[in-house]
Amino acid sequence: MAGDWYLYEVFQAFLSAPAYHLLLEAFLVLWILRLILTKSYKPHKTRLGAKEKEELIAEWTPEPLVPDTPSDHYTLHPRVVDGKPGKTVTINGKKILNMGTLNFLNMIENKAMEEAAITSLKTYGVGSCGPRGFYGTVDAHLQLEDKLAKFLGVEEAVLYSFGFSTISSAIPAYAKRGDVLFVDAGVSFAIQQGIAASRSHVRYFKHNDVDDLKRLLQLQADTDSKHPKRARVIRKFVIVEGLYLNYGDICPLPELVAIKQEYCVRLFVEESLSFGVLGASGKGVTEHFGISVDEVDLICGSLENALAAIGGFCCGKSYVIDHQRLSGLGYCFSASMPPMIASAAITSLEQLENNPDIFSALVRNSRWLHEKISSIPGVEVGGDPISPVKHISLKDCGENGEQETRMLEEIVQEAENQGVALTVARYLHNEEAHPLRPSIRLAVSSSLTQPDLTLALRVISNACASVHRRDLDAVE
Amino acid sequence: MASTTKQLSFMPPQKSHENGHNWETVRANGVTAQEMKEEAVRKSRKQPHESYEQTPLIVAVITYFGYAVLVIFGHLRDFMKKHGLEEIHSAKEYLKGHTPLYSSFESFYTRNLYVRIRDCWNRPICSVPGAEVVCLERKSDDYNWHLESNAFQTAEALEVTRNVPRFHFLTTWPPVSGTMLIGTMAIHVELEQLISRFLGTEDAICFGMGFATNAMNMPCLVSKGCLIISDSLNHASLVLGSRLSGATIKVFKHNDMKDLESILLDAVVYGQHRTHRPYKKILIVVEGIYSMEGAVVRLPDIVQLKKKYKAYLYVDEAHSIGAMGGTGRGVVEYWGCEPRDVDVMMGTFTKSFGAAGGYIAGSKRLVDHLRAKSHSVVYATSISPPVAQQIITTTKVIMGDLCPDEGQRRIFQLARNAKYFRNRLKEMGFIVYGNDDSPVVPMLIYMPAKIAAFGRMMFERNIGTVQVGFPATPIIESRARFCLSAAHTKEMLDYALKHISEVGDILLLKYSRRPRPTTKAVW
Ligand SMILES: Cc1ncc(COP(=O)(O)O)c(C=O)c1O
Repeated sequence: MAGDWYLYEVFQAFLSAPAYHLLLEAFLVLWILRLILTKSYKPHKTRLGAKEKEELIAEWTPEPLVPDTPSDHYTLHPRVVDGKPGKTVTINGKKILNMGTLNFLNMIENKAMEEAAITSLKTYGVGSCGPRGFYGTVDAHLQLEDKLAKFLGVEEAVLYSFGFSTISSAIPAYAKRGDVLFVDAGVSFAIQQGIAASRSHVRYFKHNDVDDLKRLLQLQADTDSKHPKRARVIRKFVIVEGLYLNYGDICPLPELVAIKQEYCVRLFVEESLSFGVLGASGKGVTEHFGISVDEVDLICGSLENALAAIGGFCCGKSYVIDHQRLSGLGYCFSASMPPMIASAAITSLEQLENNPDIFSALVRNSRWLHEKISSIPGVEVGGDPISPVKHISLKDCGENGEQETRMLEEIVQEAENQGVALTVARYLHNEEAHPLRPSIRLAVSSSLTQPDLTLALRVISNACASVHRRDLDAVE
Repeated sequence: MASTTKQLSFMPPQKSHENGHNWETVRANGVTAQEMKEEAVRKSRKQPHESYEQTPLIVAVITYFGYAVLVIFGHLRDFMKKHGLEEIHSAKEYLKGHTPLYSSFESFYTRNLYVRIRDCWNRPICSVPGAEVVCLERKSDDYNWHLESNAFQTAEALEVTRNVPRFHFLTTWPPVSGTMLIGTMAIHVELEQLISRFLGTEDAICFGMGFATNAMNMPCLVSKGCLIISDSLNHASLVLGSRLSGATIKVFKHNDMKDLESILLDAVVYGQHRTHRPYKKILIVVEGIYSMEGAVVRLPDIVQLKKKYKAYLYVDEAHSIGAMGGTGRGVVEYWGCEPRDVDVMMGTFTKSFGAAGGYIAGSKRLVDHLRAKSHSVVYATSISPPVAQQIITTTKVIMGDLCPDEGQRRIFQLARNAKYFRNRLKEMGFIVYGNDDSPVVPMLIYMPAKIAAFGRMMFERNIGTVQVGFPATPIIESRARFCLSAAHTKEMLDYALKHISEVGDILLLKYSRRPRPTTKAVW
């Protein structure tokens, strides 16, 4: 009833209103209609005639698709490697000791692994020819996933066909626009790409600096408490590496786990390097610190380093991992890994389980070299003594990165002449989120014997000395 | 139909009737490589036919209704689960006090729509992924939440799921890998030279994974201040690569040249958004064959536009390389274009080559730049040598360097399979999308309930098919995708077609309202 009254009153008012008022209102209504119906106003979009457009098209000269590459760029003149890059490697026809590839356990020369691959090749052929969803799942993949999960003591593992795409697909599967990632400043490029793909906010904390991480988390907690509603939908992740590829040091996992619980964030650990390396049985950084894998929300590993296969995996609780089977870009939209590589990885993993001594040998070799190389004059060794990846850089080179790189290249060349293959750590400096110091990236293998180590040490110290001498001569 | 007469004319006239459909015999009876080449050239000149029949209104309505029912029941069950009236089988969140890891829509869709029918995907196989595969049987005791496979129960399935001619040659190279920072392996040098010779480009570079080839190399080509014009149906890897590059991205309607031209014109004439500075460069990104649509890119038109507007062209030939064109050189050959018209020729080795990895081919300048600046070269592993050996062997076979005529025969067989299969489906009254020559054949199913029904019924009949639905396709256009292979024989295809027709009758899938072709498709 009240509604009727109201309408009636409106009608009455309408009738008694003066004509000019009605006109005004009619005009207003029309104006609003016009505003709604006409397209949005584009101040800059002046209409150009066809002729003007043609002129503009003719005038426009795009940049070339790619710039010229200097013909002396190092990648255009690669050393040619023949055969397997195992304990020794044949470079340009010469067989020398290999300390350049991340062949920590020398699985490359493992006969059982090779046989498994060839048997598998005869059963499955080479490619799987399809993504996992569409008949690209082969039983070997399931076995490998199962085996990895059991080895690490987690609920589930998911395989990727390429190491780089593993973490860079895993991060955007969980972190979306608006979420916040707390990332160590020393993370490798694959993680940086994953972060970029996720479009989340990223806060880098100083490399391995737990206090800095705490500071950032506290800042976030403060803003969250100001906007509790928004905070309820922001996911927060801490992303670190187990063993840093670019530094050779180990993340402070116990402190990180404590922080994770304090601030309610999820912890992702990238174990590409530490898997199959750290810990008494090679289970990675959690085993190294004696921390339960359940404390880490996502572990991401690579089969390309210690296991000498190709591909990567993520593992953890099913609640977390299973999601990647529908949302991991590199998992869903790419063909699965060739079954023969999965079979080889299974065998490789079995070999690790059966030869736990291999890890102590690796630690022994790494320690020995770390100590000895550190005492070479003019040289600094970065990283943890037990890390099989060592970054050798030059003291007193100041800020001159180019000169340091040149000298390091000379050392590498000199060492090659004397029988040890090394490599300068290569980065795309313009693309990296943080500057990285030039270094020689030395990779230690468990298969090196004492004479090999002595040889390596002698060659490295000779090479350093002769390059230093040459440098001094040049200055004089 | 034109296609019929063409195929007949290809058969040796005096033998074609006696030999029936046996292609092996036909070939033995004198189709030479020369004839095949002529056919190929002829094919490359003609306008292919592409069709996309509109969704019938009633079908669209029923499909939406189907989703509505699923959503209502989903909410109902969520309600029951919340109040403990229904058992929860899914993995549970194990952390307290955290923001939920998944958005509610995403998990709703997975929980209530996908899981119910997930037995149609991820079927494990345990044999060579050839024309016939051996599948592991799976069971679930808890309504698909957990699928157990038993390694001893296997079902033979004739597979109509993979495209393109595939080769399986055993290699004896040992399995090795490793980031090759210390140098390049001799086998990779050989591979890259061979690929560039195959494609007719100055140089080529190969990477360990096709997906990563796009995702990691597009950022080396364009950057902020550049424009990427991307087809609306481009593959996830291209979308990711575009996004990582930091360039402005504009999307044109799938294969729509008018839309592409208007975007190009706007970009060149008005420059960047807001600042109106001219773009540094414009890169058009397209695929050779679109895997969900079966469409073939309209390359000649794009090349013309690209030249007119001075843009660069990136073509992803993942599905077309080795499968299209008279000698398997992809869509460039199919359309009779020049390799140098395409600035960046990208492709993968996972399909036709039966291996893994991807390549980028083009001018020496482009490839040199990638060697120096590609994320993939500096940070990732290269192709595993045994896999590289497979690619080398396969490429040589396609080129005719090894097993002369074998590559040609397979390419031809594939083209023939594709045409026959597609035409037969159309005859039966199914709605089939895409180009007549494309070996990817999407057949529309539309309704969500029929996705699983079709997949399961076909599997019972020993035919493995791929079904795709939302989010890979528009929500109402769920479809089955058949990928043909040169390894399929006519008998296999006929077997599959017979069952598809039967299942189609049971499930009322023959939606097409178009007049059926009057002449029967001939092998
Ligand atoms: C167009 C396109 N590009 C790239 C890829 C990825 O290739 P790969 O399976 O080798 O990673 C695919 C595979 O499905 C594709 O369809």
